[in-house]
Order: sequence, then structure tokens, then C-alpha cells
Amino acid sequence: MTRSSHQLWRFHGGLKLESNKAISTQSPIVKARLPKRLVIPVQQHIGEAGALLVKKGDKVLKGQVITQSNEYVSAPVHASSSGTVIDIDEYPAPHPSGLNTLCVVIETDGEDKWVELQPTNYVKTKSPAELRQLIRKAGIVGLGGAAFPTAVKVNPGPQAHIETLIINGAECEPYISCDDMLMREYATELISGCGIIQYMVSATHCLIAVEDNKPEAVKAIQTVISEQALHTIEVVSIPTIYPTGGEKQLIKVLTQKEVPSDGFPSDIGLLVQNVGTAVAVHKAVVLGEPLISRIVTVTGEGVKQPQNMEVLIGTSMSELIEQSGGYHDDACKLIMGGPMMGFTLQTDHLPIIKGCNCLLVENKPEETPATMPCIRCGACASVCPAQLLPQQLFWMASSKNFEQVQDYHLFDCIECGCCAQVCPSQIPLVQYYRFAKTEIWSQERDRIKSDHARVRHDFKQARIELEKKERAEKLRKKKELLEKKKIAEAAAKNDTPETEVDPKKVAIEAAMKRVQDKKAAKQTNNTSSDE
Amino acid sequence: MSILIAIIVLATISVFFGLLLGYTSVKFHVEGDPVVDKIDALLPQTQCGQCTYPGCRPYAEAIAAGEANINQCPPGGETTMLALSELLGIEPVPLDDEHADAPEKTVVYIDEQTCIGCTLCIQACPVDAILGAAKQMHSIIESECTGCNLCIPPCPVDCIHIIPVKIEPETWRWSLPESTVTSPKA
Ligand code: SF4
Ligand code: SF4
Ligand code: SF4
Ligand code: SF4
Repeated sequence: MTRSSHQLWRFHGGLKLESNKAISTQSPIVKARLPKRLVIPVQQHIGEAGALLVKKGDKVLKGQVITQSNEYVSAPVHASSSGTVIDIDEYPAPHPSGLNTLCVVIETDGEDKWVELQPTNYVKTKSPAELRQLIRKAGIVGLGGAAFPTAVKVNPGPQAHIETLIINGAECEPYISCDDMLMREYATELISGCGIIQYMVSATHCLIAVEDNKPEAVKAIQTVISEQALHTIEVVSIPTIYPTGGEKQLIKVLTQKEVPSDGFPSDIGLLVQNVGTAVAVHKAVVLGEPLISRIVTVTGEGVKQPQNMEVLIGTSMSELIEQSGGYHDDACKLIMGGPMMGFTLQTDHLPIIKGCNCLLVENKPEETPATMPCIRCGACASVCPAQLLPQQLFWMASSKNFEQVQDYHLFDCIECGCCAQVCPSQIPLVQYYRFAKTEIWSQERDRIKSDHARVRHDFKQARIELEKKERAEKLRKKKELLEKKKIAEAAAKNDTPETEVDPKKVAIEAAMKRVQDKKAAKQTNNTSSDE
Repeated sequence: MSILIAIIVLATISVFFGLLLGYTSVKFHVEGDPVVDKIDALLPQTQCGQCTYPGCRPYAEAIAAGEANINQCPPGGETTMLALSELLGIEPVPLDDEHADAPEKTVVYIDEQTCIGCTLCIQACPVDAILGAAKQMHSIIESECTGCNLCIPPCPVDCIHIIPVKIEPETWRWSLPESTVTSPKA
């Protein structure tokens, strides 16, 4: 129960970074204004996009489901407010590619009218499977940034036994404070959500891990735990070291256990969920509300009034910036996510999606550091929290040695950016890893496609072969029939002159003749086919 | 005594299975050159014939027989050539400049207003990616099209057009940073 009782460990590498969180935690969470227009991307999660359930002109209510999929790894999307669907088309996605993605555009009617919700008063009257279904229907995805469908994650399979549920409130990346503010203001809901997930996976303990630079959050959670006299949920204050919020790093810190390279935490009896996700689970189960909003940190030196906002999914980023006092004159770069793992956006006319935790506006002019050759100093390897060899990965990735780079566990890289941060040669290392990863995925897709094409091609060849054979067979039959007819005719001709003879003799003669004819015919046939 | 029995039993079993294995490997020997299979597995299966062979497998056979060079497949580009060079343990052969980079992936679509339903394209398509019947309008199943463009020349009304494969955020790739630094020799 007491915080100090928990023993902690240290993960390999990592960095102490300046947190810069205080600039956005001065005021409570602000509710963003209801926008006139919501642009809701159909695909906001890892996995399959769902099929559309609405069409242009439809009236929708707040919380109404607008996509649905039968795929296991998927999450539906809901209308974030009531209004009319005015367009379904491609709009720019908040994605490093800047490409377009299919979106449902809703013109809000200002009433913000909910669909009928089905709250659950007594959670434990429902089975874990029923609760998973509620979570699936609510469209909940991991809100820490990965956006993996939660209903899938809380179902580690019948053979897995979850001992401990870890709730990730580390929020280790500089500037971001949405989880901090959420823990401060929604501690009761958070504890409720933790209890639900704990019940679902029958975990004996629940640890809520919070970095020690967020004492207010720890205090708020501790108060709720004490009030409710809970004995299986514990809040643990952990040292502030980036990236302690990484799933594997957090597990190491709390339990000393290492997740196997291509394994899952459930393999060692653990499940990790983000604090925001736990609150979303509470809302989905207890209140019956789908995931239609989230808390976003709008921060950075380039924005006038850094703050945390509760935002409807589909709200334009430009409106959030505007409601946060607008840009400073020297604002020069908009980043989605934090300074370490986020990516630059080309425009702010992009919708907020479920996985967007932070908008960071920088004001330092982008200095393109002169990249120097790698001097093999090894600094990168000493800070890599995944215990990789970043300089090797970099060489293999830059020489497109995609097989070897995987042998060096490229896919264990969490793209934390520690290596690039300390590299004295200013090599943009993470960019090389991202390049190699997407390249390998693309080759994998190509391979699947070409295997498929080979099968289709072989099938077509076989079909043509079969058709050829069938045609030949038909031709042969036709020929045979023709011959028979000929012989019959010939026989008929021969028969006519010899009348009034013993019919038996005639029959024998005819038969002999037929045999001769046949022989002759065969010969001619043979010679003709020899030609 | 029991040890002896165990040894005899085990020996008989192993002899039996040894014979069985030997027999099956002769009896059920699958025709097909494993080298050709391995080469074919690396080819893009576009089945376009640009390698001057009537498809990927014939090209694979020609490579295996030492009749063709490993740089003749434009859709595969440099990646395929390097993979082949690695597989066969032969020196990489440079591609013609125009083929050095794997070309942009394309598929075709049929302008359905113009199509007269002659079925010629169906016959040309190596992977049955075209749907249609005589005197009916035809259409391409985009997910099956390999972009070989073999259906284009037979079309009497020129209603088949090439379009690039659409890149979605999910299939988009990060590019290699421009400032590629040279690595010191290992
Ligand atoms: S930190 Fe940079 S210079 Fe040093 S070994 Fe790593 S990549 Fe090379
Ligand atoms: S970005 Fe990847 S390689 Fe670099 S330190 Fe982080 S985990 Fe290691
Ligand atoms: S050129 Fe075309 S047919 Fe030849 S191997 Fe390459 S993809 Fe296959
Ligand atoms: S060849 Fe051209 S006209 Fe004939 S069926 Fe195909 S698309 Fe239509």
C-alpha cells in the first residue's frame, strides 16, 4: 500500500531530459469548444479499417457508431457530436506521410445530443467476455500513442495468466502532460477503470506507475485508493528517466523482468495499459460512453497559452491552437506527439485522432545539424534502452542490408531517439530505422503479393493446359464418329450389288470387307497423320 | 537381457524407417528443380515477359541453366538482382540505367464506357485479374493485377490505361535520410 514499499530496478541506458511539463500544467483541463465541423478519419488504429455505416446526408447523434468491422484487430469509430454527415471523402491525415485518408465529415448541430447509452451499474454481474465486447464496441484503442485496439490487448488468451496489471502513468516524454492532468483530475475514474481491467484479466495486483516528477498525480491517486481502502491497487512513484514509459522499460523498472525479444508482456504474466485507456474503459463500461474525446496537451514555446484540453475526436488542430491563444510570431514547427518520438506536421488543418496526445509548437528555427561520419564512439549503444547496437543498425539500414538489420533486432527498437540525441556526429539515426522498418514491411507485402500472383499464374497455366486437352479430346471423338459413318456408307455401297445370295455368306463377306476397309482407312489415316 | 531386446527393437525400427524413408523419397520424388524454385521465389511474379522469357518461371529456368543473366527483370530492379546474386553466389551485374531503381508500381484500369467486350484482354492476362464475358463490359480486379501491362496491346479500342498503385498512409514508406554519410570500412 505504501509507495516506498515497492522495490524498483533500473533499465539499461536512457537519458535524463529536461521535462518542460510545467508550462502546460498551470491551469486545469479546458474543454475545447464544440467545433462547427468534425473530420473523423475512418482508420485511427492499428489493424483493419471498418466499413462505413453512414452516408452523406445522414443525421447522426453523439456517440453513434459510424464504422464497423468484423476483423478481430479493429476498433469502430463513432460520431463525436450530433449533426449531419456532409461529406465522406479523402482528407489529409495526421500522419508523417501527409497523405490523405478516408474521413467522415460531420456538420455539428450544436445540440451535442447523445445516442441512448447503456450504463452498467454492477460491473461484476458481467463476464469478462461481455466486458471485452463493451470495450470493443466503444472503439477504445491504446491512448498512449500506439492506438492498438484495447479489446484485443485485454484478451491475452486462455493459456496466459496475468498476475499483475500495470497502469502506465509514467509519461516520460518532455512537454507532454495530458496523462499527468488526467490522473490529477480523473483519479476516481482511473481507479474504477483499473478495477474493471483487473477484474477482466483476473490480475491479483494492479500497479499504477507514475514518474516522480508528478507528485500531484501520485497524491490524487493515493487519496482515492485510501478513501476506498483498496488493497490490490497500488500507486508507485518511479524515477524520472526517459524512456521509462516504454512498455518493456516500465516492466523492467517495476518487476526486474525482461520481456522476450519477440514475446508479449502476457508471456511473463503482465499486462500494461495506459492511464488514459483505463479512464476510457471506465467510461465505456460504467457510463456506456464510446471513445469520442481525449485529452490533448497543446504546448511548446511557440504557442501563447500552453494547456491541456479535452477534445472531441475530429476537431481541427488549428482550432485548438487558436483556443490556446494562437501561435507566437516565432513559432516555426508543429509536432504531433513529443519532441523525442513525435513527427512534424506540414499543416494544422488536421483532425485530432484517438492516438494524438500532444501538439507541440517549437520556436527554435530548425537548425539542420551537419551530419558527420560515425566515429564509433559507442555513445548510442550505452543509452539504448532496448540494448541494441544503434551504430550497427545504422550501417545496415543505410546500406539496405535488411536481413542483417533484423538479425540485430531492428524491430525491438522503440524509436525513442536516445541514440540520436547523444550522437556526437548528429546522425539522424531514428530516421534510418524508420526507413528500414517501412522498407521491410513493404518487401513483406510485395512478397505476399507475388506469392499470390504465382499461384494465380500457375492456375491459369493449368487451366489453359486443361482446355487444350479437352479440345484435343473433342476433336478426336469427332474424327472417330466421322470415320464410322464413312465405313458404314462404304459397307452399304458394297452390299447393294450382291442380292439373292445366302444372307449368312453375305454377312460374313460384309464383315470381312469391313475389316479390310478399316485396315485401309487406318493406313490412309496413318499416312495422313504422318504428313 | 531387456537391454538387448531394447537394442534389437530400436535397431529394427530404425532400419525399417530408414528403408521406408529411402523408398518414399524415390517413389514420391517430386519433379521440379529446387534451384529453379528458389530463383522463382525471388522474382516479382509480374509475369510481364520483359526479361524476354514468357514469364517468371521460364526466366528462372533460364537462369538456372546458365542461359540468362540475373539483371534482366525490370520490375524487380536492383533489389531482385542483388537477391539473385546472393542466392547464386555470383557477382552482381549492373542493370541498364533506366532499370536501376525498381519502377513505380502500377496497375491498369479499363475505361468501361469504351470497352466492347471482345475478351482479348482476359486471354492476355497472366493472372486472371480481368472479369468479363463476351460482349459485356470488362473490369480489372485491382488487388490481383500485377501491372504487367500485357492486356494493353491486344485491346482493339485502347481502353486500358496504366495508373500508379495508390499509396495509403499504411503503405507509405519513410525515405532514407538525404545526408547519407559514408560509413567507415568495417
Ligand atoms: S553515437 Fe553516433 S558516432 Fe557514436 S557510435 Fe553511435 S552512431 Fe556512431
Ligand atoms: S531509437 Fe532505437 S536504437 Fe536508438 S536508442 Fe532508442 S531503441 Fe535504441
Ligand atoms: S521481367 Fe517480368 S516476367 Fe520476367 S522475371 Fe521479371 S516480372 Fe517475371
Ligand atoms: S481488350 Fe479492350 S475492348 Fe476487349 S474486352 Fe478487354 S478492355 Fe474490353
